[in-house]
Amino acid sequence: MANKISDETIEYVGILAKLELTDEEKEAAKSDMEKMLDYIDTLNELDTSGIEPMSHVFPVNNVFREDVVTNGDNREDTLANAPLCKEDSFEVPRTIG
Amino acid sequence: MAKQYETVIGLEVHIELATKTKIFCGCSTEFGGAPNTHTCPVCTGMPGALPVLNRQVVEYAMAIGLATNCRITQVCKFDRKNYFYPDNPQNYQISQLYLPIARDGWVEIETGAGRKKVRIHEMHMEEDAGKLVHDEWDDTSLVDYNRSGVPLVEIVSEPDMRSAEEVIAYLEKLRMIVQYLGASDCKLQEGSMRADVNLSVREAGSGKLGTRTEMKNLNSFKAIARAIEGERERQIELLEAGKEVVQETRRWDDNKEHSYAMRSKEDAQDYRYFPEPDLVPIVISDEWIAEVKARQPELRTEKLERYKREFDIPRYDAEIITESKRMADIFEETAALCGKPKKAANWLMVETMRLMKEHDMEPEDLTFSPANLAKLIELADAGTVNSSVAKKVFEKIFTDDVEPEAYVKEQGLGMVNDEDALRGVIEKVLADNPKAVEDYRGGKEKAMGALVGQTMRAMKGKADPGMVNAMLKKMLQD
Repeated sequence: MANKISDETIEYVGILAKLELTDEEKEAAKSDMEKMLDYIDTLNELDTSGIEPMSHVFPVNNVFREDVVTNGDNREDTLANAPLCKEDSFEVPRTIG
Repeated sequence: MAKQYETVIGLEVHIELATKTKIFCGCSTEFGGAPNTHTCPVCTGMPGALPVLNRQVVEYAMAIGLATNCRITQVCKFDRKNYFYPDNPQNYQISQLYLPIARDGWVEIETGAGRKKVRIHEMHMEEDAGKLVHDEWDDTSLVDYNRSGVPLVEIVSEPDMRSAEEVIAYLEKLRMIVQYLGASDCKLQEGSMRADVNLSVREAGSGKLGTRTEMKNLNSFKAIARAIEGERERQIELLEAGKEVVQETRRWDDNKEHSYAMRSKEDAQDYRYFPEPDLVPIVISDEWIAEVKARQPELRTEKLERYKREFDIPRYDAEIITESKRMADIFEETAALCGKPKKAANWLMVETMRLMKEHDMEPEDLTFSPANLAKLIELADAGTVNSSVAKKVFEKIFTDDVEPEAYVKEQGLGMVNDEDALRGVIEKVLADNPKAVEDYRGGKEKAMGALVGQTMRAMKGKADPGMVNAMLKKMLQD
């Protein structure tokens, strides 16, 4: 394997993804990520000069909806998924000190 | 001698677009609904929900881009900006990083220092986040997702501004353009226009940019001006003390007139953008651009030209009135209804502006109908009410949009043009004020003023002062 993921990198990626990993999980994730990067290296061997970058797999563009209200009051359904609820809102730990 | 410093400011302006529905779903964007009533699986980030782009968002964004002299990106797409925060239910915001819809524009501003161009780096479309309400007593915050998914454009300027005055002029210019396009109401207080200020200082004459900070939570022009002044001083103090400015996001507290560093979102400047796979690319043809251009409503410069041709009002009046689209609309409707543009202009420029200031209102907050103002102008012109009564009636129109004719009748404010009634009143005034009468007859012209005042008072202001004056003169000669 050509690519190496350091402990710092896996720690950092864990913070960004809000994941708390055990040491075993960290090792497994490192190995997975190294394999992914190796695969990208393989793809990079192809000569892609002169080829437009593609951002979507289907040759489709301009899918729009018209500006018309189609949804009614969905509060009950939306709040049905809230772990904690107060005054018809989601209740979360205070975000500003 | 103390060092001279120059302030360098760039702005990120978010504007909520005036669409009826959100950017990716059919939920209403109406402001002020009960919490979470305008929500669905798409705008609350439920797994498996599929966003579909609102065509009107693209059209508004194109219109703003064109009106600010930008180049439209004819193949553009959306990207995901990843971060965790409770106001962001998907854990990513759908935005545009790599191919924003517009680039390389400019607007011209005018300040005491003259005219100048502020360049626009880019403008992109994105979705707004939900709203957090912080509980004062509890250690919790409440999240309302009604605003989640409301369409925004973010306009990023180049660091071309040097003072709070230039920043305000730039914001006012942007707001005017966007309001004229009908693309947003741009109300700072309601958050439909928000500005983040990027500011750094450097020694005057230096070509290098200093380290900048970004300031958020600025919701009025006054707060923006104060925050700029405060941040400039804070940075200069640091530099003078030999310290460094730290690149960070700061939150302005307008009550304390002080900014403080926001808790960093755990190294969150790393947003790991990647192309949004749920949305297909947008291809904007030349024809589509031409269509949007053709539909562009009359902007201010054209309006000024037309006012000159159509209405006989001074350039100065026209400039003041057209500063706000709302004001210009009221003016045009009123002028059309009563056929007296100069009078309509006067009512807007004097009484309306005075009352707006008194009530701390923006033109967008005006609710009276042009029809009632037009009728009041006619009543005043016909001599049914005199000018001081008309002002009182207008105050009622301004606050409650009363129908002036009915109101005047109901309150008994109509002018008394009955000569006999007036003669009776004047006779009594003359009898009650022999000293003034004697003075006037003895050549003291000033005594007339007191007599007119007495008569007007006795008439409860409902007489025409000119007519009172003429009658008094005549009766004093007899």
